[in-house]
Amino acid sequence: MSHTLFIDGLEIPFAPGQTIMDAALAAGIYIPHLCHKPGLTPHGSCKLCTVDVDGRSAAACTLPATAGMKVDNHTPALQEVRKTLVQMLFVEGNHLCPTCSKTGDCTLQALGYHFGMLDGHFPPFYPLREIDASHPDIVLDRDRCVLCELCVRASREQDGKNVFAIGGRGAASHLIVNSPSGKLGDSDLTLDDAAAHICPVGAILPKNHGHEIPIGRRTFDLHSVTEADVAHVGLQKTEHHDE
Amino acid sequence: MSKIRIATTSLAGCFGCHMSFLDMDERLVDLLEHVEFDRSPLTDIKHCQPCDIGLVEGGLCNAENVHVLREFRQQCKILIAVGACAINGGVPAMRNHYTVQECLEEAYLNGVGVDNPMIPSDPELPLLLSKVHPLHEVVRVDYYLPGCPPPGDAFFSILSDLLAGKEPSLPKAMLHYD
Repeated sequence: MSHTLFIDGLEIPFAPGQTIMDAALAAGIYIPHLCHKPGLTPHGSCKLCTVDVDGRSAAACTLPATAGMKVDNHTPALQEVRKTLVQMLFVEGNHLCPTCSKTGDCTLQALGYHFGMLDGHFPPFYPLREIDASHPDIVLDRDRCVLCELCVRASREQDGKNVFAIGGRGAASHLIVNSPSGKLGDSDLTLDDAAAHICPVGAILPKNHGHEIPIGRRTFDLHSVTEADVAHVGLQKTEHHDE
Repeated sequence: MSKIRIATTSLAGCFGCHMSFLDMDERLVDLLEHVEFDRSPLTDIKHCQPCDIGLVEGGLCNAENVHVLREFRQQCKILIAVGACAINGGVPAMRNHYTVQECLEEAYLNGVGVDNPMIPSDPELPLLLSKVHPLHEVVRVDYYLPGCPPPGDAFFSILSDLLAGKEPSLPKAMLHYD
């Protein structure tokens, strides 16, 4: 049996064990995603990679590709659902782009642009969340955390440190730090860790940096999230794009 | 043919969107062939008459903002939320982390360089809302023009579309939240 599946009618190959997302990225097909990063265990939490597989919704980053699978990806209905998901992510946190030094390099923002999101649609939560500025080199601003667990996975799988985890339940879920005081400054995190640079939003940011590249000249001012994310695997990594 | 009437206002905003509106530069001259301004900081008219288009900058931080917004909604056929603050509260919404009392104490009692510390209590001052809110939480908004501020080109684009009787759309390159 041949190892191919169909994405929007296009036949593409896959290697056994690859997910739909792996196969799509290898073929240069963009499936929107926020919590997925090649090289880390798929998490399947942001649901932005929701695709219709043989008529049923599934997360492309976690579902293994199978031969002959028919996947709908770029359909108006799915784009609308994904836009709504981005809107919910925006209103759930405190995502005030003009105040954030990640603006222009933020994948959540880029996804908003990608889906043509103009407003948050829902009433904003304005949640009260704790900022942790105890680390000399890195700041943790939970206002902007989208609970994607990229930092959790990067710390565990790439840095071998286990600095981060998600604590709490439901709307009270929040990023916690593995240190005696619960503060980032007392943790093992260092500036050269993958976890310090993987945040797709402005929740974990290096200190003492911010405006080397002016607003208007940043990654997603010049590139769409489509180019940047497909380029990461298929072509070459774009400059300034988060690791 | 009578001109299209436009009203504008800045609520909990910084007037940056109005400055950006003026960045249409010489295109404003052509625009004025087709439109005239009603209530606006540009005309200093204090109350809104029936209008075709209302441009509202800024979110809602006090009771007066809510009154003005309701007047705009009542009088304007098309209401446009202009800029980050009108759409999600923006920079003023950063105070939502604190109580109104804490904000007033920081600004008027304990802040650096405060002279003659005293929380203003003149009855003419509008009361602050407990939180800053975006416009769409209080009235129906017809269109959104994001940006901090939206570029002059974006104002020109949305107004040109409306004047041409088209559903306004924003080119992707002009869509920014910062």
